[in-house]
Amino acid sequence: MKLLCCPVNGLRPVSEFAYGGEVRAMPDPATCSDDQWADHVFNRSGIPGVKIEWWYHLPSGVWFHAERDVVADRVLRTWMPGEEAAP
Amino acid sequence: MTTRLPPVDGEWIDRKKSLGFRFEGGDFTGFAGDTPASALWAAGVRTLGRSFKYHRPRGLLSAANHDVNAMVQWGQKLNTRADVEALVDGMVLDAINTQGGVASDRLRILNSLGRFLPVGFYYKAFHRPKALAAFWERVFRRLTGLGRLDFSTPHIRTPKRYDYADVLVVGAGPSGLSAALAAARTGAQVVVVDENARIGGSLVYQRGGAAATLDRLRALEVELRAMPNVSLRPATLAAGWYTDHWVPLIDATRMTKLRARAVVVAGGVFEQPAVFRGNDVPGVMLASAAQRLVYRHAVKPMNTAVALVGNADGYRAVLDLLAAGVTVAAVVDLRPAGEPGPFGGAVRDHGVRVLAGHGVYEAVAEGDRLAAALVCPLDAAGNAVTGKVTRIPCDGLVMSVGWAPAAAMLYQAGTRMRFDPVTQQFVPERLGDGIFAAGRVNGVHDIEARFLDGTRAGLEAARHAGRTVEGPMPVVPAETVAPSHPWPFVSHPSGKDFVDFDEDLQTKDFANAVQEGFDNIELLKRYSTVGMGPSQGKHSNMNAIRILAKLRGMQPGEVGTTTARPFFHPVPLSHLAGRGFHPHRETPFHPRHVALGAKWMQAGIWLRPEYYEVAGESREACIRAEVRAVRSGVGLIDVGTLGKLELRGPDAAKFLERVYVGKFAGLKPGMTRYGVMVDESGVVIDDGVIARLSDEHFYFTTTTTGSATVYRELQRLNAEWNMEIGIVNATGAFAALNLAGPHSRAVLGRLTSVDLTHAAFPYLGLRETEVAGAPVRLMRVGFVGETGYEIHVPAEYALHVWDAIMEAGRAEGIRPFGVEAQRMLRLEKGHIIVGQDTDGLTTPDEAALEWAVKMDKPFFVGQRSLAILKKRGPRQKLVGFALEPGASVVPKECHLVIIDGAIKGRVTSIGFSEALGHHVGLALVAPDITAEGTALPIRVDNAYAAARVVPLPFYDPAGDRQKLPD
Repeated sequence: MKLLCCPVNGLRPVSEFAYGGEVRAMPDPATCSDDQWADHVFNRSGIPGVKIEWWYHLPSGVWFHAERDVVADRVLRTWMPGEEAAP
Repeated sequence: MTTRLPPVDGEWIDRKKSLGFRFEGGDFTGFAGDTPASALWAAGVRTLGRSFKYHRPRGLLSAANHDVNAMVQWGQKLNTRADVEALVDGMVLDAINTQGGVASDRLRILNSLGRFLPVGFYYKAFHRPKALAAFWERVFRRLTGLGRLDFSTPHIRTPKRYDYADVLVVGAGPSGLSAALAAARTGAQVVVVDENARIGGSLVYQRGGAAATLDRLRALEVELRAMPNVSLRPATLAAGWYTDHWVPLIDATRMTKLRARAVVVAGGVFEQPAVFRGNDVPGVMLASAAQRLVYRHAVKPMNTAVALVGNADGYRAVLDLLAAGVTVAAVVDLRPAGEPGPFGGAVRDHGVRVLAGHGVYEAVAEGDRLAAALVCPLDAAGNAVTGKVTRIPCDGLVMSVGWAPAAAMLYQAGTRMRFDPVTQQFVPERLGDGIFAAGRVNGVHDIEARFLDGTRAGLEAARHAGRTVEGPMPVVPAETVAPSHPWPFVSHPSGKDFVDFDEDLQTKDFANAVQEGFDNIELLKRYSTVGMGPSQGKHSNMNAIRILAKLRGMQPGEVGTTTARPFFHPVPLSHLAGRGFHPHRETPFHPRHVALGAKWMQAGIWLRPEYYEVAGESREACIRAEVRAVRSGVGLIDVGTLGKLELRGPDAAKFLERVYVGKFAGLKPGMTRYGVMVDESGVVIDDGVIARLSDEHFYFTTTTTGSATVYRELQRLNAEWNMEIGIVNATGAFAALNLAGPHSRAVLGRLTSVDLTHAAFPYLGLRETEVAGAPVRLMRVGFVGETGYEIHVPAEYALHVWDAIMEAGRAEGIRPFGVEAQRMLRLEKGHIIVGQDTDGLTTPDEAALEWAVKMDKPFFVGQRSLAILKKRGPRQKLVGFALEPGASVVPKECHLVIIDGAIKGRVTSIGFSEALGHHVGLALVAPDITAEGTALPIRVDNAYAAARVVPLPFYDPAGDRQKLPD
């Protein structure tokens, strides 16, 4: 089973976590076109590579960001949103 | 006749413990430490099982857990491997896959029908003609199979164990034990597992007739057993590798899930059979199998042997046979130059005839056992010179032509392997993080080099695990000669030269499969089924790769290997099946529900009373009585399963306006408001009541099933928005009750000092007060459409408050009601249940909740999607419908509205309204049939229910009853 490092709780088995999808910027709903909005709502990028994702530590209720190489399934680093990513 | 040897140094058997057992109706004895196969072999039994397809007699092949043709049924334990299972006194064993016993299996006729059973036979039979597929399935199921399942086998609970190691070493041979020692000396916690009953690996049985390896083993074992940070675990199988070094360890009784910081794979190699006609005749075995018989079980494998060799290991095995008193009639070496090393010289010194550049053309059986080997020279291309065949009588033939790495765990750990032409073996090229290979699996075959390689790997693993490693790493010398022969095949026009003993595949089957176009290793595997039997290709995949490489003019490295998935060996399902845990939550009122005879139902993770059973009354009658009590008297229901969230902070109202479709900035403290939540695509996902306790403090509910996900998503949104708020999930902290009915005000009035008059405590009002002395949040809500109060109380006061209310309502005949009554009461009011009356596509507009949506806000989740959807108009609409009183055809949820053969909608809720005297329900229907009075024909089996659209709510449309005057 995979281990994941929660920025608050440290290294924990992945069964304690929930995946929250890729971190994506929402287009400005006031100015974007219907198509742009629909693309944001319904489409997700399946392109392999390094992605920044939302992860949630279930027992403690902590959301954090993880940079993950989705091809190798290797988490490169994790940090709290809004805080500078640790190298 | 017994062929038990005089005591052999290091033997695993205990001659003082004699064990009796039955095999195929015959009585036998063996010793503790024997396997059924070794005891039977000692007793002269040569046919231990029948092959899977042709039902050919088969004996011992590997004695290393791969003898799938020697599988036996032991009572309820099926598919027991006779070559490794520990012998137990009183065992009653039968060979599997026979009709009429292993000796005279009636299905042996299939052996002579082989030409009607070509490769891909099953697939072809099932394909054409299609009508016969069922017939063939019955035939095949009778002819093939692995054991008889006893359905009366008791359910066995096998708890899992969890464990941890700095360094896990897989394989307790020379390299594994060296690795363990090196790692342990750095202070690392080391676990060593080996699937064999005892540690030692090849040190036990590849002795070359000398004692040196056994002495090395004993010295290592003494040192390792003295170290407190080393755990030696023989008879334990590392069944696979999972991410971050999570390894299931299987022993006789359970699975241990071990997490390691680093893993050393020192699992060694599987000896590979040579391929020639009759290479499966009982008496033909791998050289290592003969060595295991001699040194583990003190069984003389044969009296007269022919050794077919292609490496130095074969000569060492011959020395072991000679030491056991076996007459070696000839060493048949596939290599023209023979063996230049010291083992070659030692064998020649014993006066054994060595036929270099020769092969075995055929193993000849008489009466199901080996009688002779037909030996002939090989030409420069490796083909048999059939004009010069010599017959050498023998009762045993050992094969030592090559090895394949036990690399399954390495593959699973993402190791890239390459084919090394020097050793003729796949070896690791690039290992994954924290995984190390040592010894023969790493392509290191020389015994001294294996000790060094193990030490190296152990030190590297310890360093990876965070230990300090000082000094230089051992330098492991490179191999110079191939321990595996590149082409251990001698072809014969009549075939019966087996590549895969599990599936009875012959060389020609591969040629045919390739000719039919299955010329990629993965396709070839699936079409021919090579490597898909119980041994999973451990002694067939390498030869299959060699055949395919030759047929396609490639190198084995270009052909590649198939994927080695976990588990490495078959594992009893009982080891995998654990206890079924179905956690559920109980509200603080649970004991009161039990005392009242609650019938339970599952609501998400919660247990809720569906209704309270009254002796002698039917379920329906109980529910209707509960409904009646609420409509005409007073009822009490536990609503504590609702999600309950606390929200505080300067941005609290702003936050709510961003996550709910409604407005909350203007909600006055002391008031509540219904809220609907949609997702980004505008679909309704939750609803609840939002109460404002103060300017910066809200308390709101979610649906029972939605509480965890809503709380999680709100947390995520705020992690993104970073607003000045804090959210706390108070679902478990508060118990909640709903007291409803015309008499609810009177009952509550006896327990609280708060002014309950309509003017002082209006509909949708909120008070922080006390009930029966307990601090509560009191909300005046509609809920079931009667005057009613929702009472949220800290969980520790829950039972006290329940008891006080029940006591206070005694005069009014207060009655607790369950979820079914609640559902009916709310349905009469047209209140929807999110997730039942809505689905994964329903917008607020479609769910008749458009009144709750305030589009004139700067932003809320789903707002933009709703704006787009509004332009298109609704896809469907939720409408109320009613049946005629006394209707005979009554639909259920999910029955379809069908008009002119087209599906126009479906029922989402329905129930009999006693207050109205007929059935009412909700349906999601096409927008063109929503007008009041429209007929909704709902198909129920072969009849139609005559429903018509009626306005919502069904009961008390003006809502007078929930605002009864004081």
